[in-house]
Amino acid sequence: MSSVKIEVRDLDMMYGTRVIQKNLNFTVNAGDVFVIMGGSGCGKSTLLRHMIGLIEPARGDVYYDGRSFWDAEPSGRAAQLRRLGVLYQSGALWSSMTLAENVALPLGEYTDLAAAEIRDVVALKLALVGLAGFEDFYPAEISGGMRKRAALARAMALDPDVLFFDEPSAGLDPISSRLLDDLIHELRDSLGATIIVVTHELPSIFAIGTNSVFLDAETKTMIAGGDPKTLLRECRDPKVHRFLTRGEEN
Amino acid sequence: MAIAQIEGTASAWQLHVARGPSDAVLLRLSGRWTLDARLPLAGAVLDDAQSDGRFSRMAFDAGGVEAWDSGLVIFLRAIAAEAQRRGLDADLSPLPEGIRRLLALAAAVPERKDTSAGARRPFFLARVGTSTLDGVREARALLAFLGEAFLSVVRLVGGKARFQRSELLLTLQQVGAQALPIVSLISFLVGIILAYVGALQLRQFGAQVYVADLVGIAMTREMGAMMAAIIMAGRTGAAFAAQLGTMQVNEEIDALQTLGIPAMEFLVLPRMLALALMMPLLGVYADLLGILGGAVVGLGTLDLGAAEYYYRTINAIGIDDFVAGVMKASVFGVLVAIAGCLRGMQCGRSSAAVGAAATSAVVTGIVLIIVSDAMLTVVFDLIGL
Repeated sequence: MSSVKIEVRDLDMMYGTRVIQKNLNFTVNAGDVFVIMGGSGCGKSTLLRHMIGLIEPARGDVYYDGRSFWDAEPSGRAAQLRRLGVLYQSGALWSSMTLAENVALPLGEYTDLAAAEIRDVVALKLALVGLAGFEDFYPAEISGGMRKRAALARAMALDPDVLFFDEPSAGLDPISSRLLDDLIHELRDSLGATIIVVTHELPSIFAIGTNSVFLDAETKTMIAGGDPKTLLRECRDPKVHRFLTRGEEN
Repeated sequence: MAIAQIEGTASAWQLHVARGPSDAVLLRLSGRWTLDARLPLAGAVLDDAQSDGRFSRMAFDAGGVEAWDSGLVIFLRAIAAEAQRRGLDADLSPLPEGIRRLLALAAAVPERKDTSAGARRPFFLARVGTSTLDGVREARALLAFLGEAFLSVVRLVGGKARFQRSELLLTLQQVGAQALPIVSLISFLVGIILAYVGALQLRQFGAQVYVADLVGIAMTREMGAMMAAIIMAGRTGAAFAAQLGTMQVNEEIDALQTLGIPAMEFLVLPRMLALALMMPLLGVYADLLGILGGAVVGLGTLDLGAAEYYYRTINAIGIDDFVAGVMKASVFGVLVAIAGCLRGMQCGRSSAAVGAAATSAVVTGIVLIIVSDAMLTVVFDLIGL
């Protein structure tokens, strides 16, 4: 049986006095490709930002390997952050640095590796995402899909236990999107990492998702969860069904 | 038959090289093969293996590996590449599936060679309340920013601040040397204007010779530092706000925070440091160019001699005037940097927000310069500077 890697417990998300989502409770098992799905504006990316320490929840907490994230001391929280890798929607590569410098920065900050060793790790990470030889390119010099993959190389720099993907398919053509899905699957299988994906792209959801949570913008809470393929077959909630069938009626 | 036994520091990992069946050599890996364990060099391992004669095939046994990360994958990639270079056949099939998949993935692509808010207008009292709350939030944000900036300076003094030295040097160049042309032009013209305005009045009672005194004191004590600061607010403060604002839009600052790297140290500190270091120098440079502009008017239209103008200027300017000007320039530099970085860090997540941040940085910078100048002038008068 898979162990619980992440637990989101009684989480409320608010902007000022505006409730985004409330009473979120779910667990992510080690090795899952866990999909956070729902319509536009339901708070998927906001949930991700709460899970990676960018926004403090109004209530509730996130637990990694049973340890509280938001109740932890700053040093403990920093240690947990080092075990997370995040691929942002835009890639979020630092524009003044080359791809190699982008991937090398976390290695330089958090490891005692020598410069030559860091170069080897950077070369491996870029090769894993199909960007071998692009070390000296700046983000502005490569395509959107390549920027996404370079950002993935940076997210993997410290061999994280958990990889977060915020709308990985956004802005990509269908082929690049499919290749990125394959890459996510491959990385999960080979690295054994737990993967959290925020998306509303149905082909991606069914291709890579092993577990999921469905956020509803109307009721402002989660209304379904489980394997997306099982949800498609068995979930009777009309909102979930419409979403998973691209608006088809029962 | 064993050929070599290699161990890592504190026996974290072990590599046993043995003669295998027929013309093969077997590399048996055990222990922890992780990046922090200082793994062996592929070339040295193959040299050891080949020290016992020629072989054409390499086999692997990783059954004893207790833990691994990218370090093992890097080692095996290097071994495979080195084996290929030496004409050896490396059989990676006995390796665990995860490692094989990563090796295959790394080799899969060849290396490249060549809303609108409610339309209804809120009630008057609601607007007053909202504005008041906005003001309070703004003040708290400013105080928080100043506190964080102060702590980052403390960490800098303690040698614990984390930022890229190359970024500091680049910023020094941008705010220093690259600002000289515009500072030269404006300061020179301000000197000319001061001299003309002064000459018009002083000429009425035959005291035009005091133009040198007027320009010298005005530039060193006040106008050199202030004009340089206003130029830097428009040029550099806006640039800082736009740079940091764009980084907000691109989630680059989020990426730093997620990695636990304080944006205040990594992005704001080098900019503040650069302006604090460069502004006094730019202020002095502006003084000199302003005096030169005044001299051009004095020599060209007031029939003053060069030596006479020079000695009047030297005698008029006291060390206290010079010190007051340099101190003001230093304060203005820090204020311009704070205004630019604060607005950049507060920037929203759209391109329009970047423009608003840049505009706000310039306005805030100029207001801070004038207010602080007035305060410093009073303080200097009280302490006799």
